[in-house]
Amino acid sequence: MKPLIKKLVEAVGPSGYEGAVRELVKKEVTKLADDVRVDALGNLIVRKGKQRPGGLRIMLSAHMDEIGIIATHIDENGFVRFTTIGGVYPRTLFGGRVQFLNGAFGVISGERLESADRVHSFEKMYIDVGADSKANCPVKIGDLAIFERPMIDLGSRLVAKSMDDRIAVAVLIETLRKLESTPHEVYFVFSTQEEVGTRGATTAAYGIDPDLGIAVDVTGTGDTPKGMRMAVKLGAGPAVKVRDGGMLSDPRVVRWMSDTAEAAKIPYQLEILEAGSTDARAIQLTRAGVPVGCLSIPCRYIHSPSEMVDYSDVVNAVSLLTVLLSNPIQLK
Amino acid sequence: MAELKEFLKSLLSLPGLSGFEDPVRAVIAEAWKPLVDDLSVSRIGSLHGLKAGYGDEPRPRILLSAHMDAIGMIVTGIEDGLLRFTEIGGVDPRILPGQPVTVHGQRELPGYVVQPPGWLLPEDQASTKAVEMKYLFVDTGLRPAEVNELVRVGDLVSFAQIPIELTDDWLAGHSLDNRASVAAVTACLQELQHIRHIWDVWAVASVQEEETLGGAFTSPFEIRPDLAVAVDVTFARGPGSPSDYRTFPLGKGVALGWGPNIHPALYVAFKKLAEKLDMPFHDDLMPRMSGTDAMAIQVVAEGIPTMVLSMPIRYMHTPVEVVSMKDIARTGHLMAQFIAELSADYMQTLRWDDES
Amino acid sequence: MTPKKTAPSTAPLIGAEQISLLERLSNAVGVSGAEHEVRKIVMAEIKDLADDIKVDALGNVLATKHARQEPGLRVMLAAHMDEVGFMLVDGEEGLYEFAMVGGIDVRQLPGKTVLVGKDHLPGVIGAKPIHHTTPDERRNAISLDSLRIDVGNGNGKKVHPGDRATFATRFQQLGPSLVGKALDNRLGVATLIELLRHAPAHIELLAAFTVQEEVGLRGARVAGYALDPQLAFALDSTPAGDMPSWDGEESPRYNTRLDGGPAIYVADQGTLSDPRLIQHLLQTAEAFGIPCQIRQPGGGGTDAGAIHKQRAGIPVVSVSVPGRYAHTAALVARLDDWQHTLALMFHALDGLTPAILDLQR
Repeated sequence: MKPLIKKLVEAVGPSGYEGAVRELVKKEVTKLADDVRVDALGNLIVRKGKQRPGGLRIMLSAHMDEIGIIATHIDENGFVRFTTIGGVYPRTLFGGRVQFLNGAFGVISGERLESADRVHSFEKMYIDVGADSKANCPVKIGDLAIFERPMIDLGSRLVAKSMDDRIAVAVLIETLRKLESTPHEVYFVFSTQEEVGTRGATTAAYGIDPDLGIAVDVTGTGDTPKGMRMAVKLGAGPAVKVRDGGMLSDPRVVRWMSDTAEAAKIPYQLEILEAGSTDARAIQLTRAGVPVGCLSIPCRYIHSPSEMVDYSDVVNAVSLLTVLLSNPIQLK
Repeated sequence: MAELKEFLKSLLSLPGLSGFEDPVRAVIAEAWKPLVDDLSVSRIGSLHGLKAGYGDEPRPRILLSAHMDAIGMIVTGIEDGLLRFTEIGGVDPRILPGQPVTVHGQRELPGYVVQPPGWLLPEDQASTKAVEMKYLFVDTGLRPAEVNELVRVGDLVSFAQIPIELTDDWLAGHSLDNRASVAAVTACLQELQHIRHIWDVWAVASVQEEETLGGAFTSPFEIRPDLAVAVDVTFARGPGSPSDYRTFPLGKGVALGWGPNIHPALYVAFKKLAEKLDMPFHDDLMPRMSGTDAMAIQVVAEGIPTMVLSMPIRYMHTPVEVVSMKDIARTGHLMAQFIAELSADYMQTLRWDDES
Repeated sequence: MTPKKTAPSTAPLIGAEQISLLERLSNAVGVSGAEHEVRKIVMAEIKDLADDIKVDALGNVLATKHARQEPGLRVMLAAHMDEVGFMLVDGEEGLYEFAMVGGIDVRQLPGKTVLVGKDHLPGVIGAKPIHHTTPDERRNAISLDSLRIDVGNGNGKKVHPGDRATFATRFQQLGPSLVGKALDNRLGVATLIELLRHAPAHIELLAAFTVQEEVGLRGARVAGYALDPQLAFALDSTPAGDMPSWDGEESPRYNTRLDGGPAIYVADQGTLSDPRLIQHLLQTAEAFGIPCQIRQPGGGGTDAGAIHKQRAGIPVVSVSVPGRYAHTAALVARLDDWQHTLALMFHALDGLTPAILDLQR
């Protein structure tokens, strides 16, 4: 699975401009699926199975988009000012590199500050793309870029940009590959614009009208020095979300997921995340309401260019999803 | 009224936190069963009661929405047998130390919210400053081994304060926000037993208002009412609350919502009806959003003309909220009388100010 | 370098009649949630321009002009009718406390004249005489709590808490500029009326004059759901922040510039515009030699933010007339920018075919 992960996390796909990732995923899934389509917001919707008696229509969602920046101004000397796409933290940017959709590269630096201890606000940062005037700057206002960074394989742990949420994209692709038969009509949705407010999942869920929704995304951990207080840690299995900052999982779905994991002897953790949310939030409020849950891949340093996951959690997530989808479902 | 009070007291003794409304839904369903023609549960847990009208089909529909979910806490971690927790809905951590609670683990465990001594807290919160929620615990009195056995991350913690009758009319307890409104809708359904109303009435006890307005976004999508009324509580004047347009005297009448969430013609209709019934009321000015289910209901699908009715309560989002039973009865009566007067062609008469 | 050849524009022109309509729209009072005066003007203007007109549950005007030729691409155009303003919330005897409706900087309020209630009763927002203030006080903004709307003793019976109020500014033309209150977004409303008047025959034009944009894009949400278009444009007004910076330095922030032509959105708080529609607008502008600008990506938003999330998704883009001093007593826009906005939208619609939806987003 690691070569697939590497391909996915090194692809360029800021929110709203997920085309390159979509093409990659399409190549992987076309032979495995019964139907593949792209909707008005660019969601890739991949169907496997046909609903049989007792089966459900299930939507799984992993978002293809990643956080990034967008150029707002090019000054006389060719320096690029920018604003953010999605939740970017200033402290993770300085000295980093960006790659624009048009192929241009640049480095992020900032105006000189009075105190060396201060973190630059975005307004005081700029991107140097190697130009010396507005005229020869390869970037225009409105051009998007992502934080360029190759993946590193630390053995059991993997580090890359956009583990959030390409690791889940990889999990869905692998689950589709492993899923031999299902009584359900399963829609694997590779969604768009999650980082700017779960917009793609909103419209995908409306179009699919599922009976059950599961988002697959990353979640934070509490296992770093003097870090956040949180019960989730790397390597202890994928996390079944109970709640996050924007959603309460359906308790019946939480029970079904955790009971299934226990029966199949797949390690798992229970997750409460006090900020942030996922595509599940959007799915839950669709039409007359949808029971939802979320399977999370524990991840350190989320929304930095070096997000870290444990490979065993990824493998276990695939196993759990495969078991969950292979059997009839009785929510109670 | 005595019966209504007992029903409300039974609701106030139940958990039913946002997203986990099952316990309270079961009791409401029991109470509504003899009052409606059909009961169902939405895909995310809202209770729908249909009391069919007497008009010719297809009958227009009115939806009465009262959220049944309550605020509370949820376990985030276990340390030495003590429970860390965070909130569900908006909880002020300053009301928590010393609060009796129920932990919903493998079995129900009574406990108290406890505040560690100052020397175990960050320096800035050691003596006089309020202690943040993340430094508080729930203590169940049990030893660590037993706690680890019985409780896990994601278990709920609800307020255990039992309801108190302060006077004949004033009742105190947790989750009067918004079980008081569930009682008002129930009173309305009771009154409708004796009225030949033309419209179909959909009583909805909605879920997740305190978190996502989840019930209010989804139930109207399924029911597609022609009109909707969101019933909720508002702020009563009292110790510590401002005495401006946002607060109302307790026990002195229903608050009628006015603002962008409310169809102006519905406000006028309710106001005229209250005057006709000689019922005291207040104008509840909501210059922007109403903070109720109406925010969602109004913008479901192609849009729904919506009204907001509120009962003033004191000490909102504490376990000792105070309500007047009279205001609850008035709210139920006002809704029932509004429904009684709805004609088959009422929607054709609902006009905007600029339409003649 | 020789200038590129451009096609001659056949776009409708803005003349005295259009400006007079804008004047009436600007002077009308339509605070979010109480848009009826604006709606009345719109209804009167479009009654002969559309095949089907209705007012929905929130007060949106939804007008359909059917295509008279194939293929009848369903295109929604949205312009919000509401404006920021005030609601009286407390008081009697002619002196009222008030709350803001929509985003207004409290520093814009002292010393202004306002119109109150449905009869447009004149009122003032006063301030403590400078004589009674201390230097310290004068350094801080006057808080909303201490401000009142004063309609004069004896007028207490004519207005009530719950009534809306807005700035009393009267529309005027100053040289090349249009000056008035609520030009955000009566400029969009006026543009949409002209586009309805000159709708291309091959487009099924779905016009939404929306309510409650300033309090959360609420009208556009239900309008987008009801009209169910294949794609949509939001027509709005956006701030031009191109004034000099305090320190004389070149400012990297201006949002848009006056005289820069219509502002095309790539990204704002609520929307990432559909790149196919951005390209279509840019190509149209180039083909007809219409000046335009990319609005600086950043905060703010338009009705597009609600529309694109309706049903199974709707491709959107926003086009705004730039204006200085939005959400104050007087906004300043340029007639030329408005004319260019109308021309760009007219030609963009004219050149729009369903093929655009076959392209990869």
